[in-house]
Formats: sequence, C-alpha cells, structure tokens
Amino acid sequence: MIAAASTAVVAVAVVVGVTHTSGWPRVRQRFFSGTEIAAAWPAARHGMAVNLELFAACGLAAGALGLLVALLRTLAGPVFLPVRLLAAVYTDLFRGLPVILVVYLVGFGVPALRLRGFPSDPRVLGGAALVLTYTAYVAEVFRAGIESVHPSQVAAARSLGLSHAQTMRRVVLPQAVRRVAPALLNDAISLQKDSSLVSVLGVVDAVRAAQIATSAHFNYSPYVLAGLMFLAITVPLTRVTDHLAVRAARRRGDRRAGGGP
Amino acid sequence: MTTATDPPVLSVRGLVKLYGDAVVLRGVGFDVRAGQAVVLVGGSGSGKSTLLRCLNLLETVDDGEILLAGEEITDPRVNVDRVRRRIGVVFQSYNLFPHLTVLKNVMLAPVLVHRMPREAARERARALLDRIGLADKLDVYPDRLSGGQQQRLAIVRALATEPSLLLLDEITSALDPELAGEVLDLVGELKREGMPMVLATHEMAFARELADEVLVLDDGAVIERGAPERVFGDPRQARTRRLLAGARQTRGSGR
Ligand SMILES: Nc1ncnc2c1ncn2[C@@H]1O[C@H](COP(=O)(O)OP(=O)(O)O)[C@@H](O)[C@H]1O
Ligand SMILES: [Mg+2]
Repeated sequence: MIAAASTAVVAVAVVVGVTHTSGWPRVRQRFFSGTEIAAAWPAARHGMAVNLELFAACGLAAGALGLLVALLRTLAGPVFLPVRLLAAVYTDLFRGLPVILVVYLVGFGVPALRLRGFPSDPRVLGGAALVLTYTAYVAEVFRAGIESVHPSQVAAARSLGLSHAQTMRRVVLPQAVRRVAPALLNDAISLQKDSSLVSVLGVVDAVRAAQIATSAHFNYSPYVLAGLMFLAITVPLTRVTDHLAVRAARRRGDRRAGGGP
Repeated sequence: MTTATDPPVLSVRGLVKLYGDAVVLRGVGFDVRAGQAVVLVGGSGSGKSTLLRCLNLLETVDDGEILLAGEEITDPRVNVDRVRRRIGVVFQSYNLFPHLTVLKNVMLAPVLVHRMPREAARERARALLDRIGLADKLDVYPDRLSGGQQQRLAIVRALATEPSLLLLDEITSALDPELAGEVLDLVGELKREGMPMVLATHEMAFARELADEVLVLDDGAVIERGAPERVFGDPRQARTRRLLAGARQTRGSGR
C-alpha cells in the first residue's frame, strides 16, 4: 500500500516536473506527436510483424540447434573429440562476435559469393545470421544446465542400463532445462530486440519503418512508437522470466537430499 | 535350479585399476555364488567404491577380468548397457531422480530399458513400493521422503529390473542409526530371499550377520578374507584389528 502510494506520488512528480520545464512543448512536438504516431502506425505495424516473424522462426531454430550443439559437447570418448572440438570452437566464435558484424558478413558476404541456390532474400540472410549467433548463446546456456546436473545422476541412470541418449533425454535434460529456463527467456528477449538488426540489410522492420517515417518529417515520434512496440513485447517476457527465476530459486531452496551427494 | 557346476554369479580375477600413476586396485579376486553376499570392509580410500564401480563397468579396468554368470564382461566388445541391465546398484547418496515421482523413479528403467508394458511396470513398482511401506507416497517427489525412505526407494528402484546381482556401496553411511536400521533390514530380507550381492559397509555387526565372505581391503589389496566369524572373531592382520577397533560395532536398531 505505502509502496504503491509513494510510487504514484513520485511518478506524478516526475511527469509534472518534466512537462513544466521550458523545453517541454518542443520535446512533445518532436517525440510525442499524436499525428506523427498515427501516421507512422500502419508501416510500423507491418514492420513489427517482420520482427515477430524473425523472432519466432529464429527463436525456434536457435533453440533446437543450440540444444543439439550442447548435446554434441557431452559425447564422451576419443572418437567424438573432433565433434566436441568443433562445437566448442563454434560457440566461442559466435559468442565472441558482435551480432551486427555477423549480420553484415552473412547479409552482404553470402550474396557476394554468387552461389547458385543460395537464398538472396535479406530477411532469410539476416535471419540466418541471428540463428548462427543465438545458437551459440543457447548452446552455452544448455551446456551450463547440463553441467549443473550432478554426475551421480548420470551414474544412477547408466547403472540402471539407460543408454547415453536415454540418460540425457529422461534424466539430465529435464533437470537442466528447468534450471536454465530463465536464462533461455533472457536470450529470447535479446533476440526479439536484435531482430531489428536485419534492418541494416534493407529489411523494413519496425525500426526501419520508423526511420523512414522520421526522415520524411524530421520528427522522432515514430521512433518512440517503435520503442513502445518493442516494450509491449519484451516487458511481459521480462516479468515471466523474473517469475520463473524466483520460482526456480525457491524450488532449489527446499530441495533436500533428493539428487546430489 | 543352480548346481555346483553352474558358474558363479560373479567371478572377479586379478582386477587392477589405475588412476593415472596411482594404483587403486592391486589384483583383487573373489567369487559370488548363488544367494551369497560378499562384504567389503576397509578404511576410507581403500578402494571399495572403485571396485564396485568396476564391477558395473562404470570404470574401465586396467587388468584382470570380470565374469558375470560365466560371461566375460571386461571384454571391450561387450555392450555395457546390456551388462548394466543385469546388475542393480545402490549408492551412498541414494541418487534418486528428483524430477520424477516415487512411482516414476521405479518405473523408468523397466519401461525404458526392459521394454516392459507400462501397466505391468506400474503394477510391479506398486507391489515393490507397498513392500517398503511407500504405497501411499506413489505420487510425491523423493525430496519429501525421509533419508531411510529414500534409500529404500533406491533399493527398490534397483530391484525393479530384476537384476541377477546387487551392488551396495555404503548405503547407510549418510543415515542416522535408526534410519540405517530400516534400510539394513530390507537388505537382510533380500539376502534371505537369495539375492546375490556385493556390499561395502562400515556396519561391522551387520556385515557379520549377513556376509558369506568378508574381504578386508587396504590400499587396493585384499589383506584378509574369510568367513565373518573368522575375520571378525580372530583377525590375523594388525591392520584389520585396527580397522575393526575404530568401526561402529553395534547394528542400527530397526527391528
Ligand atoms: N576419479 C578418480 N580419480 C582419481 N583418483 C580416484 C578417483 N576415484 C577414487 N580415486 C582414488 O582411489 C582410491 C580409492 O577410492 P575409493 O574407491 O573411493 O575408496 P573407498 O570407497 O574405499 O573409500 C582413493 O585413493 C581415491 O583418492
Ligand atoms: Mg567409497
């Protein structure tokens, strides 16, 4: 109650304070113009549909491929050393590069090769760059989760006769995924925001649409509109993530001798 | 029917295990015959756990051989998953699956590994859980059980696949004496029903009443072996006497 009341008071004070400064009318005109926002809305909405499409497609692909890469890194024995090594190099490489660089490389580099049969649609190429990068992020998250499951769980499963694959699927992954769900959602939020990077390839996403609208009238309100559209998606995702993290912490807190040594 | 000419359930010959340069097992050998219990005693670090892990092929051995019902399982061509299906293991730290309910913990291997129909597996799991008094806890998660209940659940999980041999590694050392008692009672019952087993334990009184043969391990070597009355009643090695003097002699109460 007190918290809500004091929050409201502070919020009102900030709003009143800001709107009474001398520069406010100009700020409002440049950034919060209702007519500009309304004019930019149709294009921005189409743009956001592109962002969401990329988010969904790349998210699913990176989730599946990231899991695959993480699993490849668990294969034991000298036979699989090259596979493990390759997976490790891949994750280190793409985790270490700025996303925008990968977008440039794939988006401009691949078409420059003029390979027959390769897609040239910038949306596909931009999406591929995002998948390459986020697969590495997701693989790392899954790997941390897999490693957080105590080796005694694997020993118990293997001694019951479960194969490596059965042990992973039925014993290790269910425990690992539960632990890394918040981290995966964090990556999902980043991916949703980074989907706007494909605009550098000329794809008209929400940000690019806002940019076009902005330069037409030298008014920045379309950017504010695009920002609000991103927030409408990322803020609820953030809340879900926090909720999951709190629940995971609570679950770990009251776990007693169930699993580990 | 087993006869004197049948091969032993388990036969271990000259087992050697190295970790890097350290020799952890130095030529250990013994047999487990039908219905017999071989008990391993020895100080911490003497190699008991390593030996049990080798028997289940969780470790590769560096020399010697292990035969399960006459079949050499240390042969590199052997399918380790197939071997492990025939051996039940119970660990000191229970190692139950925390994300599965009590019932699912028991059903997992029969359904997944032994392709038992789900319904049959459920019935069998239910019967086993009923036996250890957990019939009303089928749908709870293991962390809601007492330590003694968890360890008995782990034993029952190992039994669900009808193994021909049970390996038990200090299964009561994480438990209070009264909880240890209920676990040891269950092991005693299994022994009377004829389940062959190899167990490592610090519970000397229990070892004495259960064992057909006692092996005293020290630094990876068997320094003394024989019937429990002989080894416990008239230990010949100074090291064995020291070990027995330092160990808990009373059995956990539970009956
Ligand atoms: N994974 C391992 N790597 C290296 N040394 C090990 C490993 N596991 C056990 N050892 C060593 O092997 C010896 C025997 O250990 P262990 O079999 O656990 O003995 P016990 O169960 O009788 O206490 C100890 O000296 C221990 O330090
Ligand atoms: Mg041990």
